[in-house]
Amino acid sequence: MSLIKIHNLKKVYKMGEEFIYALNDISLEIQKNEFVSIMGPSGSGKTTFLSIVGCLDQATEGEYYLDDILIKNLSKNQLAKIRNQKIGFVFQKFYLLPRLTALENVELPLIYANVPKRERIEKAKFYLSLVGLESRMHHFPNQLSGGQQQRVAIARALVNQAPIILADEPTGNLDTKTSNDIMELFVRLHRENHITIILVTHERDIAKFSKRIIYFQDGKILKEKRV
Amino acid sequence: MILIIIKIALDSILIHKLRSFLTVLGIIIGVSSVIIMVAIGNGAKLEIEKQISSIGSNLIIILPGATSSGGVRFGAGTQMTLTIQDAEALKKESPYIEDTSFSIHEVLQIVYKNMNWSSLVRGTNTSFFRIQEWELERGRFFNEDDIKSGNRVAVIGSTVVKNLFGLEDPIDKTIRIKKLPFKVIGVLKEKGTSPRGEDQDDVILVPYTTAQRNLFGNVLLDRVRVIYVKARSFNDLFLAENDIKLILRQRHKIQKNQEDDFSVRNITQFLQARQESSRVMTFLLGAIASISLIVGGIGIMNIMLVSVTERTKEIGIRMAVGATTYHIQIQFLIEAILLSIVGSILGILLGIAGALISDIVFHFKAIISFDSIIISLFLTMIVGVVFGFYPAYKASLLDPIEALRYE
Repeated sequence: MSLIKIHNLKKVYKMGEEFIYALNDISLEIQKNEFVSIMGPSGSGKTTFLSIVGCLDQATEGEYYLDDILIKNLSKNQLAKIRNQKIGFVFQKFYLLPRLTALENVELPLIYANVPKRERIEKAKFYLSLVGLESRMHHFPNQLSGGQQQRVAIARALVNQAPIILADEPTGNLDTKTSNDIMELFVRLHRENHITIILVTHERDIAKFSKRIIYFQDGKILKEKRV
Repeated sequence: MILIIIKIALDSILIHKLRSFLTVLGIIIGVSSVIIMVAIGNGAKLEIEKQISSIGSNLIIILPGATSSGGVRFGAGTQMTLTIQDAEALKKESPYIEDTSFSIHEVLQIVYKNMNWSSLVRGTNTSFFRIQEWELERGRFFNEDDIKSGNRVAVIGSTVVKNLFGLEDPIDKTIRIKKLPFKVIGVLKEKGTSPRGEDQDDVILVPYTTAQRNLFGNVLLDRVRVIYVKARSFNDLFLAENDIKLILRQRHKIQKNQEDDFSVRNITQFLQARQESSRVMTFLLGAIASISLIVGGIGIMNIMLVSVTERTKEIGIRMAVGATTYHIQIQFLIEAILLSIVGSILGILLGIAGALISDIVFHFKAIISFDSIIISLFLTMIVGVVFGFYPAYKASLLDPIEALRYE
């Protein structure tokens, strides 16, 4: 059974009189427990694709099924619930809330899921230790290194037991060694926790950690490679 | 959930302390001025009420005179045209008059042992105490028996007690007025100054019969210096005044083209008018102060809108991890309400301080009303909700992907 099913997906922006196809007729299936990389030059539509898969953005045309639910005509709040329950985001710039500690940042999705306080803290601590940051949980983001911040973000993505992690250039702001550490963490989560991971990157070295690489160009799928 | 949102809101208020303070300054000024204005208004109202009750309610005063003789017009009270019978007739003939009294008076020297004092000595009837709403500190008023037998008894005011007796108990002591001995039978409760600024407690009351016989022999029999009329109610004051004029003109056989030989002063009405105008003033000041509350609310809305724009990215992040429009809306709404509550608490403190300062330092009587505190607290909550709603709504409308990309 496919976790993600996409048919003829299009995303069109209107710039003045011109229509720009950010995504032009994408069809794709991703199974449970896959580790997929999406590569392509900037402007190829890979980030737009990830936003639509993550229910942050809506397609102009085409169908997208997530867990057999048609993500179309869903209300804002239904989309919010899907983001909360099924999807964990990891961004290039981490996007942690600066006024909250690592622990509080990880708790955030649980707050919106109405999880009681005690359980929230327990879970957040568990996932922080899973990414190896149990000793830093009361630190604020600006007291953490880039790699540590990204680990907090990963813990936040995992904390609601979301089956999918969407990572948009997760190593873009990190040095090579830290990048490799983060990628190894992803590989481990994929292998040990059976998380489906979709990773957007433009670095070949990063993409090679995954088992399936999809190349985007001009809003279309150029080719696909399985490792 | 709600506790966490309150914590988030408090956090964002505290991180911009100066800005939050300036934001709520409007609310602070609004609330404190509502409280101060209402307090001062209440103080003025109480002051007037005290004056009304000190002269007696629904009171009309009739003074003799205002007659002209050979083209020269004399002031009111210069000729003693009023009589005790006039007072009795008014009470009998007008349905709007509850009671009447009168006074024959003069300032005389009073002696007790080696002390002496000059005070207004009034000869009057027993209705006088009721009409002027006097109360006793000690002893008793004189009664009808005292009047019938012309007893030499006196009821004295507190100023007289202070000046003649000091700390001594005056009851049953003998004072001398015009060298004649009078027994003190009662001491009046203190009333303070009249609306015209006279010391109402500097007075000695004696039965009018005694006064006529022993003190004011030079005055024509039964002539009085003033008649006091108590109308049945506030609404009867005007009718009573009309009746007084009709009855007295008839009794004094005044022709149609002649002027009154008395003048009628409706003090209660005058004071009530003052009270009404002070009430209107209080209301107006309160209303103006409330407008400043609304202006304060607009200040909150302004800053909340800025805050929403500033925190677009934060909103995007929250939405990305699953915050619904409701979560975002409630977060900003609570922040606005919290801001206005903080402002109104500061405003209440400032208002109380201001009212106390006006009371103690400027002697501008101010009575802080609990109602005005509750109302302004309630009003600022509403201001917070109303003016917080639009920014909160705007925040919740943000598109998650655009909010995230906002730099």
